[in-house]
Amino acid sequence: MAAHLKKRVYEEFTKVVQQQQEEIATKKLRLTKPSKSAALHIDLCKATSPADALQYLLQFARKPVEAESVEGVVRILLEHYYKENDPSVRLKIASLLGLLSKTAGFSPDCIMDDAINILQNEKSHQVLAQLLDTLLAIGTKLPDNQAIQMRLVDVACKHLTDTSHGVRNKCLQLLGNLGSLEKSVTKDAEGLAVRDVQKIIGDYFSDQDPRVRTAAIKAMLQLHERGLKLYQTIYTQACKLLSDDYEQVRSAAVQLIWVVSQLYPESIVPIPSSNEEIRLVDDAFGKICHMVSDSSWVVRVQASKLLGSMEQVSSHFLEQTLDKKLMSDLRRKRTAHERAKELYTSGEFSSGRKWGDDAPKEEVDTGAVNLIESGACGAFVHGLEDEMYEVRIAAVEALCMLAQSSPSFAEKCLDFLVDMFNDEIEEVRLQSIHTMRKISNNITLREDQLDTVLAVLEDSSRDIREALHELLCCTNVSTKEGIHLALVELLKNLTKYPTDKDSIWKCLKFLGSRHPTLVLPLVPELLSTHPFFDTAEPDMDDPAYIAVLVLIFNAAKTCPTMPALFSDHTFRHYAYLRDSLSHLVPALRLPGRKLVSSALSPNIMPHEDPSHQFLQQSLERVYSLQHLDPQGTQELLEFTIRDLQRLGELQSELAGVADFSATYLRCQLLLIKALQEKLWNVAAPLYLKQSDLASAAAKQIMEETYKMEFMYSGVENKQVVIIHHMRLQAKALQLIVTARTARGVDPLFGMCEKFLQEVDFFQRCFIADLPHLQDSFVDKLLDLMPRLMTSKPAEVVKILHTMLRQSTFLHLPLPEQIHKASATIIEPAGESDNPLRFTSGLVVALDVDATLEHVQDPQSTVKVQVSYPDGQAQMIHPKPADFRNPGPGRHRLITQVYLSHTAWTEPCQVEVRLLLAYNSSSRIPKSPWIEGGEMSSQVETSIEGTIPFSKSVKVYIMPKPARR
Amino acid sequence: MPEIRVTPLGAGQDVGRSCILVSIAGKNVMLDCGMHMGFSDDRRFPDFSYITRSGRLTDFLDCVIISHFHLDHCGALPYFSEMVGYDGPIYMTQPTQAICPILLEDYRKIAVDKKGEANFFTSQMIKDCMKKVVAVHLHQTVQVDDELEIKAYYAGHVLGAAMFQIKVGSESVVYTGDYNMTPDRHLGAAWIDKCRPNLLITESTYATTIRDSKRCRERDFLKKVHETVERGGKLWARWPGGAARGSSRAGLPPPLQVLIPVFALGRAQELCILLETFWERMDLKAPIYFSTGLTEKANHYYKLFIPWTNQKIRKTFVQRNMFEFKHIKAFDRAFADSPGPMVVFATPGMLHAGQSLQIFRKWAGNEKNMVIMPGYCVQGTVGHKILSGQRKLEMEGRQVLEVKMQVEYMSFSAHADAKGIMQLVGQAEPENVLLVHGEAKKMEFLKQKIEQEFRVSCYMPANGETVTLPTSPSIPVGISLGLLKREMAQGLLPDAKKPRLLHGTLIMKDSNFRLVSSEQALKELGLAEHQLRFTCRVHLHDTRKEQETAVRVYSHLKSVLKDHCVQHLPDGSVTVESILIQAAAHSEDPGTKVLLVSWTYQDEELGSYLTSLLKKGLPQAS
Repeated sequence: MAAHLKKRVYEEFTKVVQQQQEEIATKKLRLTKPSKSAALHIDLCKATSPADALQYLLQFARKPVEAESVEGVVRILLEHYYKENDPSVRLKIASLLGLLSKTAGFSPDCIMDDAINILQNEKSHQVLAQLLDTLLAIGTKLPDNQAIQMRLVDVACKHLTDTSHGVRNKCLQLLGNLGSLEKSVTKDAEGLAVRDVQKIIGDYFSDQDPRVRTAAIKAMLQLHERGLKLYQTIYTQACKLLSDDYEQVRSAAVQLIWVVSQLYPESIVPIPSSNEEIRLVDDAFGKICHMVSDSSWVVRVQASKLLGSMEQVSSHFLEQTLDKKLMSDLRRKRTAHERAKELYTSGEFSSGRKWGDDAPKEEVDTGAVNLIESGACGAFVHGLEDEMYEVRIAAVEALCMLAQSSPSFAEKCLDFLVDMFNDEIEEVRLQSIHTMRKISNNITLREDQLDTVLAVLEDSSRDIREALHELLCCTNVSTKEGIHLALVELLKNLTKYPTDKDSIWKCLKFLGSRHPTLVLPLVPELLSTHPFFDTAEPDMDDPAYIAVLVLIFNAAKTCPTMPALFSDHTFRHYAYLRDSLSHLVPALRLPGRKLVSSALSPNIMPHEDPSHQFLQQSLERVYSLQHLDPQGTQELLEFTIRDLQRLGELQSELAGVADFSATYLRCQLLLIKALQEKLWNVAAPLYLKQSDLASAAAKQIMEETYKMEFMYSGVENKQVVIIHHMRLQAKALQLIVTARTARGVDPLFGMCEKFLQEVDFFQRCFIADLPHLQDSFVDKLLDLMPRLMTSKPAEVVKILHTMLRQSTFLHLPLPEQIHKASATIIEPAGESDNPLRFTSGLVVALDVDATLEHVQDPQSTVKVQVSYPDGQAQMIHPKPADFRNPGPGRHRLITQVYLSHTAWTEPCQVEVRLLLAYNSSSRIPKSPWIEGGEMSSQVETSIEGTIPFSKSVKVYIMPKPARR
Repeated sequence: MPEIRVTPLGAGQDVGRSCILVSIAGKNVMLDCGMHMGFSDDRRFPDFSYITRSGRLTDFLDCVIISHFHLDHCGALPYFSEMVGYDGPIYMTQPTQAICPILLEDYRKIAVDKKGEANFFTSQMIKDCMKKVVAVHLHQTVQVDDELEIKAYYAGHVLGAAMFQIKVGSESVVYTGDYNMTPDRHLGAAWIDKCRPNLLITESTYATTIRDSKRCRERDFLKKVHETVERGGKLWARWPGGAARGSSRAGLPPPLQVLIPVFALGRAQELCILLETFWERMDLKAPIYFSTGLTEKANHYYKLFIPWTNQKIRKTFVQRNMFEFKHIKAFDRAFADSPGPMVVFATPGMLHAGQSLQIFRKWAGNEKNMVIMPGYCVQGTVGHKILSGQRKLEMEGRQVLEVKMQVEYMSFSAHADAKGIMQLVGQAEPENVLLVHGEAKKMEFLKQKIEQEFRVSCYMPANGETVTLPTSPSIPVGISLGLLKREMAQGLLPDAKKPRLLHGTLIMKDSNFRLVSSEQALKELGLAEHQLRFTCRVHLHDTRKEQETAVRVYSHLKSVLKDHCVQHLPDGSVTVESILIQAAAHSEDPGTKVLLVSWTYQDEELGSYLTSLLKKGLPQAS
């Protein structure tokens, strides 16, 4: 009895005085209900040495703290802070304070006073810096509290004179993040003088420590980012920093100059050592251009990047960037580009080069030559031939952006871009080809330029070739020789790399439709028709011939005179190609032939609205119908699903929505059907066989819900809730069915517990959405949760069953934009009759080329599955680098799959298909506390299940037995 | 007055035979030790007798530094060390150390075996000479002795080329050797930090040239080679249907070949890389050959020194070493007659003899063939003749060779152009610049530009001419912590921008300098403190008594010197801080009072101020 009483006394104590906890068995307490703060406190008290304390703190930091207990933890930490003598422990506590104040749902203003307080008594510089960091965290958490911000700024200013660079750094960071935006002082902050934050930060541009200088510039940039307008006077200060000894200072200064130039582009600044004045943006442009030849590549990258976004710069400055003013022996020399242009304009292209061809011409006035000019001279010439490819890529990007805004510049930079096609690094080549494509609206390629461009078609890299094909799709060619040249080179490419067939055809399609008049004079030659003689009919299956025809037919679309030049077999071939390659061959108005089906296409557009309406109406009809008799509901659902599917087929832009809704309705239908079964009433032992339908339905619903969740892009949270809800219902159904069929209670226990965990999980994940789910299955379930927790499995099953039957049909809100993920395997085509032969036990590489549409994050989700005839299936994870992103929503997977098997007696087919891997727990928001922890990374990589989303392709293989 | 003296023994207003003597703070360093291509008599080597007429050079030189392995920078090394006699250290980078003996051996063979020169250095001498070499790494500071230190920077140009910083105390000189500011296919660009040397000695080969972008050059080169090699497969303007295909094959032109005579080691590698990557990219099949011998041997070392190459090669060498050529094979004499397209690199570069000339004679007759000259050709060589457009060449034996093949010229030079030189000067921020390795006329232009743009003085001495630069070396002085703290406590934080006045005693003891407080200095030196007082008499016209005058002086000073402690002592004297003022009557003129002002040396400022104040007289008492 006494013992019992004693225990009660302690129980009372544990609630009030934490000190007492130490005395009793702590282990037991922690097992029942762990209290973070208490445990921490105990640990810290136990710690005998600073190293111990540090260990405890580190352990403590691994687990998140709930918002409610943060304050308590903070108090304990602060208490220890005052007592602690070791700076490293104080440092850790300070950092923990910062982390804790970031916890969602915790308002850190209560700990601010303490933080400032301990700041004043702190001696260690590192701890000071960390405390300031904590204050920064607090300050950013409370962006609206003017008084606190003012106070923090005050603290920062006070510590700016500290001797340690770390402290000064943090102070500047604090000023940058919290420095007041408006001059107007609110009432509660009146006591403190308003400080001119910009002036204070600006003073530290000349600090003796480069790290502090950098921090000052960064703080200034931060002010700008927060919307504070920087003074123009900063410009001159920043210009001085461009010649700093340290690269990080220069790099930041370049950014600052860029910011100021964007703020005051039109103001006038004087040129030093002369009376002239220029616009600020031009001056800044010149200065940044100068930094392109800086000694540090980090600065060069930064400068090159920023050049691209300076669009207001005057055109003559811009054009200087491409002009290096060549000279040789003090005589002016023309660049190779100028010479090429001249040759071209004089009509004498492709002349052999002579010795002295580039002989310098006129004498240069020695005085006028400016070797290190202040201007932008040749900045891009330097940038494009830089040693580091990072700089070159940045320069190409900058060229692209500037050329997009200035057509005349685009014309000028063309030569340089074309030259970049020969860069040693593929990435740079690719980037310059893409750039060229982007600016292709502004330019027309000269023949000699086209020649260089086309030479790259022989590149062995597929990406380069395809990028080039895309570029050719949208370039303007000036002469018929140009078209001819392009065709010749493309055909050459085709013979060299037959796999490029599709891409080349597509390219010729656009080339033809863009230049009908240039193609017209080439037609007889291309078709090798003769005025008098009939020529042999070419082979219809020759890809090169098809390529020529694609060019011609597309040109003929806008050129009505062209078909007259066709010979008979051309018309026949047209009819064949129009059917077999309808996406490449347009409908032509041919003499004596009717235009079939062309009337259909223009009429589709006006239908769009009604069809959308139709979709809405049919869905609404379904949702309003929940109280009808089951038979009617089922029929209506069936009809609606059929309608939606058909609609999806007809209207490609509505396909995503229609499919999505149809899938949802199908789930509902399955659920209703399963619940409608008469056999539910039959006693369990008799039920056995018939249970198939219900359990199959449950399984199918599960599958469908996974598809809904992961196969559509653009699914929002509100849809996810409904989908999860549906899945929960399916799980309930599964549980009920198993309960009926399974013998014994033991397995049921486990299942019940698991199900209840799921419900709990659902509740935690979608706590915000629960109000929308009134009257639904889960709503009722949560009401009964306490009861379910304590009930026996049989009882749970019973409750679930009734609730499932009573549950209502949830309305599925339609997302704005929804697309179904799809994939097409282009290669292997599955047509080959020749088996891939390889020795058993060794591997054979199979090239897989597929296009993916609307797949989010394909790098981690898309897998390749290979199934062998013996039922063995392998899942292959393609490398992230195997995915290309040719356009928004589109991806291309080009990878190699390794096959291997034991010996077969005869060739057989394996199936290759693409899978979409999913993992439902990845949707759960992670807490900021454990970012970077080992736990989270594991969760992300694991795969919960997969959905096949492409047609499977059969590949004929033959593993031969190894010869001995 | 300390000074830096520079005397070029070669490469002063000239190209070739680089050899520059630098004496800096009493240390003598020789930069490069090259030979001259243009001479085969004594003038080909620098005149080492300038350094000393008798005895070994070791006593006069502290070290020798070789910037890179080209013969005009290292050709005289065995002669210098073995025949003239030098045993001190020779510094060079590791690639230079590896490749240099190959070139020297080759040079020796040509001179001795082919030209039959006597009294030339032997193979053994080359080996002995190389034993004296100390290898340095990039950015490694090497202590030659206690005071002299050298440091290598990357210079581009050829594998292993380096710029050297020579530093004694706070004085330093940077020597660039040959360098390249634009990266090429196998090397990066030269780089130096803001080391602010007293003197920058830079090459100026292209002092008056600004070069075109290297990309045009490369593109041109590749296009020419590619076109020639591929000409056989020219596609018709029709799909290659049955008949057309057959005819095009039947009409395949005869073998097409490209000959590229190369000379300089380094250029050959660059072109090889260029072609190799292009072949790889374009999936070409035609074979590329390069002549065995020198290039092949050197190539072996190129494979090993990957850290010295450019970004691309460094990044990809794990997958594949770019110098392990897939498409480039060693050339055999028999290949020249084999059919089919091919590209051949052959030496020498000016087509004046050897393999390149043999191949040229074989191929010259076909107009579809091509020869590409990648460098400069000396007048009189076959190379120069064909470049200047001559089509009929007279060969030995009165044979006339008609040149039908295409002749192309392409300059692949790895020197910095005028802009590059300026860029390097800007990066290093030297106090003075000295130009070498260039023609006088061109240097003149660059000199003027450098003086104008950077406002530093620029020199261009001729061979044997000495340039003397006065320097003002900064001398480090140690300060005692106590003194520093005491001084800091008096004022605000030290500001980097403003000089501060500090009182202390400078102790110079066994060539180190210390700044200590005067008390400590006295203690250390065991000296007693002497007081130094200044006294001054000021005559005042005052008829009143001494005491009254003293009171007047007191009240006057009190009103003027508000923030000083002014006291009137009971004995009638006035003190301002430690300055004593006593009033006495003038012995002769009673109307005049004499004020005796006395102050210590430390209070000189205040004391002299007081006297001047008192000399102005006292204000009239109201």
